Amino acid sequence: MSQKIKDATIPTIPLGARIQRWVGRNLIKIYAFFAFTYLFIPVAYTFAFSFNDSGKSNLIWKGFTLDNWKNPCGAPEVCNALGNSIKIGLLATIFSTILGTMIAFAIGRHKFKGRSTSNLLIFLPMATPEIVLGASLLSLFLVFKINPGFWPTVIAHIVFCISFVVVTVKARIASLDPRLEQAAMDLYANEFQTFRRVTLPLVAPGIAGAALLAFSLSFDDFIITNFNSGTLTTFPKFIYVSAARGIPAQANVIGSAMFFLALTIVIVGQLVNRRRVR
Amino acid sequence: MVKASIEARGDLRLTRLTKTYGDFTAVDDLSLTIAKGSFFALLGPSGCGKTTTLRMIAGLEEPTAGSIHLGETDITTTKPYQRPINTVFQNYALFPHLTIFENIAFGLRRRGKSDVKEAVEKVLNLVELPHLAQRKPTQLSGGQQQRIALARAIVNRPALLLLDEPLGALDLKLRRQMQIELKWIQKEVGLTFVHVTHDQEEAMTMADTIAVMNEGQIEQMGSPADLYDNPETAYVANFLGQSNLIKGTISGNDGDSQIVDLYGQKISLPKSRSHAVDSSTYAGIRPEKFRISLLETPVKGNVLSGGKIEDVSYIGVSTQYQVEMPWGQELMVFEQNDDGVAPFKKGDAVNISWEPTFTFGLRGDEDATAGSEVAPEVLDEE
Repeated sequence: MSQKIKDATIPTIPLGARIQRWVGRNLIKIYAFFAFTYLFIPVAYTFAFSFNDSGKSNLIWKGFTLDNWKNPCGAPEVCNALGNSIKIGLLATIFSTILGTMIAFAIGRHKFKGRSTSNLLIFLPMATPEIVLGASLLSLFLVFKINPGFWPTVIAHIVFCISFVVVTVKARIASLDPRLEQAAMDLYANEFQTFRRVTLPLVAPGIAGAALLAFSLSFDDFIITNFNSGTLTTFPKFIYVSAARGIPAQANVIGSAMFFLALTIVIVGQLVNRRRVR
Repeated sequence: MVKASIEARGDLRLTRLTKTYGDFTAVDDLSLTIAKGSFFALLGPSGCGKTTTLRMIAGLEEPTAGSIHLGETDITTTKPYQRPINTVFQNYALFPHLTIFENIAFGLRRRGKSDVKEAVEKVLNLVELPHLAQRKPTQLSGGQQQRIALARAIVNRPALLLLDEPLGALDLKLRRQMQIELKWIQKEVGLTFVHVTHDQEEAMTMADTIAVMNEGQIEQMGSPADLYDNPETAYVANFLGQSNLIKGTISGNDGDSQIVDLYGQKISLPKSRSHAVDSSTYAGIRPEKFRISLLETPVKGNVLSGGKIEDVSYIGVSTQYQVEMPWGQELMVFEQNDDGVAPFKKGDAVNISWEPTFTFGLRGDEDATAGSEVAPEVLDEE
């Protein structure tokens, strides 16, 4: 074989065509390199400056230190704010995932009057500008004489998370072959057993994805939270307020840690999913 | 009630079963008895109502009218999981998140059977795949998945096993092999099989009894040989194999036979195989029953003269001829290649002859092309 390739009588491909072919083959890689660079520079910056021996203002590089990572609660209020965000995030995730999954099953599996209308209405909170949603929720709470604070924030977060949960879970339900449930019923599983043994395990990855999405949306939210939280400080609020006088490096530590946690969850999820399919 | 229905055994009896979707009638007043232990095929083209019938038997569709009995038990309105009936689905519907072992054990576990492991291993041996127990369905080939789907159903020893085009997704060679295996397994386990298919060859190979369905009704029911040799309608004559249908008039009787005038030439047809209601009829002859001979060769039986060979195609075991008759119709003739050479050439003037007992008679007011131009099957009926 190799003998033949070296044969001088075989015409060689001209250089121009070879370059063209190389570019054609590698263009997507070059493009991907620039796209990911663009996406991850802010993350890298945040991560790098979490090691800054910053003192008050974390804007100029003043030297490497591990102190911020050793003592993430070093800055005043930062861990209090983080704790509030996590509490709100978990509560909002639990309620919006349960309610959203139930809605997704209702819309995805059952025919009822007003189904397409409900389908449309579910999208509305996603399409409404957050500033409008936040302001109207606040006025609604005030009308009912509920003071802004922890629970109004949780309720507000559930409102906008539900839509995302419904959309995510519904997509998973739509991809589910209805014959699998019929097969379960055919094999002596009643409605509950069919749901428990077949439907739920198959939809579970979608529900898990929806829960992660809900948590990150809630954790991340500033606009709606700012309207409804009153004096309560969440992590995004803390950063916004401290931005005026310099964000402490501990915020970078927590931000980076959240990023790596999310990354780990995604990677583990992928691995588990790959094993389930096999 | 639940317990009673799940232990029902005996013949399956469909009584005036009807299913309508809005204006569309999928199954139209269908009555049918399927004997316990038999291999029964529902045969028909896409959209003839065969799958809907099967789904009503399984409990996955509710009949609009009529009843379903298993033995003496009325199961018309019981839930699918309360019926001693299991289905092999068209695309197998194996649970992707469970191992092969757990797939097969699913039905046993739901009914709280004790010797699950033993039963699953036994049925895996029956389908000759014991080494795949711990795999997931996606790791199996189509043929293996098909066998597992079958194993998952028969391990429950149902009173009735329903097969919904179970071989449709397999390639031709594998399908032929599975047909033989299915038939063997049915004999081995002694269950009643109800098989839905659009493939007439599959139905003929496997079933003891075939019901040919058309537009929600049973066109004709009988053994494969009955249906092939003595079809009652043009639809059955054309859907099961090929037929030559020649328009004629019944002009008299001769003992047990009718004399039929086909464009001026008289032939005879056994009365027992005539389904005509008045003097107008179609005489039907299967292509392989015809014999071709040159004009000077003496022949016996029914003869039609004045043919001219229009087309010759050699296909190995046989040769197919198109013979144009004086009245313009082209008849199809299959001749076995016993002697290895195609003896007739295009343009030869020939007579066509056949044994009178091979003739069948249909009603003269039928559409002679019914069932012959059924659209190619769209496999996935959903």
